[in-house]
Amino acid sequence: MQVNGQFQPTIVAFCCNWCSYAGADLSGTNRLQYPANVKIIRIPCSCRLNPMFILRAFQRGADGVILCGCHPGDCHYTSGNYFARRRMTLLFNMLEFLGIERERTRVEWVSAAEGAKFAATMNDFVATITRLGENKRLEDLRCKSK
Amino acid sequence: MQEQVRAKAKALLESGVCDRILAWKTGEFFYDVTPAVFTSVEEIDRDLVYNAFCGANLSKYLIAESRKGGKVGAFLKPCDTYSFQQLLKEHRIRRENTYIVGVACEGMADIETIRAAGIKGVTGGDFTGETLTFETLYGAKTMARAEALAERCKFCKSKKLVIFDELLGEQGEEQDVGRFDEVKRLEAMSDEERFAFWQQELSKCIRCNACRNVCPACSCEKCVFDNPNSGVENKAAASSFEEQLFHIIRAFHVAGRCTDCGECSRVCPQHIPLHLLNRKFIKDINEIYGPYQAGADADTRPPLLTYETGDPEPRRGDAG
Amino acid sequence: MKQIAISQLGQLLDAMAARQTLYLPVDQGKTAQFNRYESGMELSKQLNTSRSAKDLFFPQVEHLADFQVEGTSITVKPRQQQEEDFILFGVRACDAKSFEILDRVFLAEPQDTFYAARRSHATVVTLACGAPEETCFCTVFGIDPADPAGDVTAWLTGEKLCMRANTKKGEKLLAALPLLEDGGEQAVVAAQAAIHAVTDKLPLKTLDLTGFDGEHLMEKFNSPHWAQLSESCLGCGSCTFVCPTCQCYDIKDFNTGSEIQRLRCWDSCMYSDFTMMAHGTNRPTQLERFRQRFMHKLVYFPANNEGIYGCVGCGRCLKKCPISMNIVKVIKTLGEGER
Repeated sequence: MQVNGQFQPTIVAFCCNWCSYAGADLSGTNRLQYPANVKIIRIPCSCRLNPMFILRAFQRGADGVILCGCHPGDCHYTSGNYFARRRMTLLFNMLEFLGIERERTRVEWVSAAEGAKFAATMNDFVATITRLGENKRLEDLRCKSK
Repeated sequence: MQEQVRAKAKALLESGVCDRILAWKTGEFFYDVTPAVFTSVEEIDRDLVYNAFCGANLSKYLIAESRKGGKVGAFLKPCDTYSFQQLLKEHRIRRENTYIVGVACEGMADIETIRAAGIKGVTGGDFTGETLTFETLYGAKTMARAEALAERCKFCKSKKLVIFDELLGEQGEEQDVGRFDEVKRLEAMSDEERFAFWQQELSKCIRCNACRNVCPACSCEKCVFDNPNSGVENKAAASSFEEQLFHIIRAFHVAGRCTDCGECSRVCPQHIPLHLLNRKFIKDINEIYGPYQAGADADTRPPLLTYETGDPEPRRGDAG
Repeated sequence: MKQIAISQLGQLLDAMAARQTLYLPVDQGKTAQFNRYESGMELSKQLNTSRSAKDLFFPQVEHLADFQVEGTSITVKPRQQQEEDFILFGVRACDAKSFEILDRVFLAEPQDTFYAARRSHATVVTLACGAPEETCFCTVFGIDPADPAGDVTAWLTGEKLCMRANTKKGEKLLAALPLLEDGGEQAVVAAQAAIHAVTDKLPLKTLDLTGFDGEHLMEKFNSPHWAQLSESCLGCGSCTFVCPTCQCYDIKDFNTGSEIQRLRCWDSCMYSDFTMMAHGTNRPTQLERFRQRFMHKLVYFPANNEGIYGCVGCGRCLKKCPISMNIVKVIKTLGEGER
């Protein structure tokens, strides 16, 4: 969206309840700043992320989507993030195959103790998407706010 | 081959091995054959055909047929057997209610390819040799069999019958004929070019669902796109996003299970090369997680239902 | 009768497009589609478009209205209807006939104003068929592919494009095209004879529709053949969406986040959720859905419309059905030995 003539990206961050969601909390309590562009959606495990969620986030106006989960080996449910990793690898490749910019999607492993990493990740991702510009290739014009 | 298929079908019914036979039924013309169930020798003598246009994959019908009670005999081509084995693996078909006759395949001709080559108004002909001869409203025409093959048959991955109770013809081999060449060509394009390519193709989609309904891997009892409570059911494809969503999800949902039978592209009334989406997934799976062919065996776990702790991370765009 | 050299076809299309928006069949990959004309586009040489010409009057998605909700009040904003004249060029005889069938549905009271607006603003230029194919059976429904209806009828006769106005609208269009010169009657007679020489050979021309009428409704409905005919139907909507006469639709609301858009979209009686309402008991199996499609075209429609069938014999469903089940097979199976 445009704010005062400047592009402000909308970022949707799907965060695992057991790690990065708490990591986001921690970055808050540590007073580490990350941009307000990031809208967090809590999911029970990174593995819960249906590819449909990502596509619909783009439909509803996201310019970038990031998935944050537990570090490989640390999944609360033992192996959910390993499955998520395979799925996202293939899905991101497919999006790129359809001509959608690879930078718009990302996976990052952030534990509950890594408040600083969460804030740094979000700062970096927002900067990347701001450089990249508005999502035009996976948009639904009907949903662009008037 | 038709005589062999007919004789086998009749023998299976008469001997009581099978109660029903799933095969192809003659149409108005030589090419418009329909999958059909035969229950009597008379029907087989009258209607059963096996010719160069029996492209339809019969495995999908076995999901329903194998649950009807009694034993159904089915004639499966090599690519159909991959689908069949994959469905067995997913517990969608009751093996004990089926009897599979594997039929060796030389590749199926495609009437749309023939029409596109300018042979129109075809009413009959001879399709047994290396050169197909056509009778048309506008005189006799010929075309090399190799030219008239369906796209998927030109790039046939395997002539091997992976599961059968009985074999008609010679067992074949897996082969490498460059089926990923077109995927590689697209990968080599810039993002802009690929985007333009797919927008052009997907914009033709009329949301008829033929690609989904014909797909042996698409065997959900109720598809998310038909469920009004899913939030994505949308017959009104009013935005190009709708086609992107539908086709990405369709291909993703069968990733790791798609045997590359090519039915999706065969049935598309708009000739969208949908198999390229599936092949992209297959190619990536092969390259990243090691060679895998869905339906090739009964035991290997599908690549999206397993993992290695050392799997690579999804590649990042900004890191190159 | 007017005529123009084929070498000048591009100029003629430019002249038409300069007056009004022009739609015509152009090649798009392996198939042809009706597209908005831009200078330089070439008229497709294919016999027929993949989707029919009904798209121009009854598009796959029609935006009917928007609803804006503010507090407790809802503002309804109707969407604009067709207000500009346009020309639809290159419609074949079968598709031209399908407009009459759609008119009976959409122009009957209460009139469908979106459809009516498009119809009234259109000038239809039909084009006689050059080379009918084996899937054609329009003659069964009394259609002459050598003399299609429409406001203007056109023939490609070797070196010329000949045009004849059939209505006031058509006369107005031809009068406004000074490129055209008089003549062409002889060439058209020869072209028609050539087309008829082919239609005489069409394999499906003897299709017999005896018994498909309101009188035999129950007999057809209860026929035991439906089970076998429908058994391999995949339940996709290919036949419906390429059909020039299928006219069923659904109405869907889409929440954009800031408003509700009301969309009318094509629906298919082959779909499991067709006519699904709160009672949840629409047609339960593919047999009923399959039967509905053909009973509608071959029995219910003629019973309610002076014997006019809901099929024009364009042959699209013969070419597009994934498993090659189609209206011709239904007519032959139910027609024979049933009376």
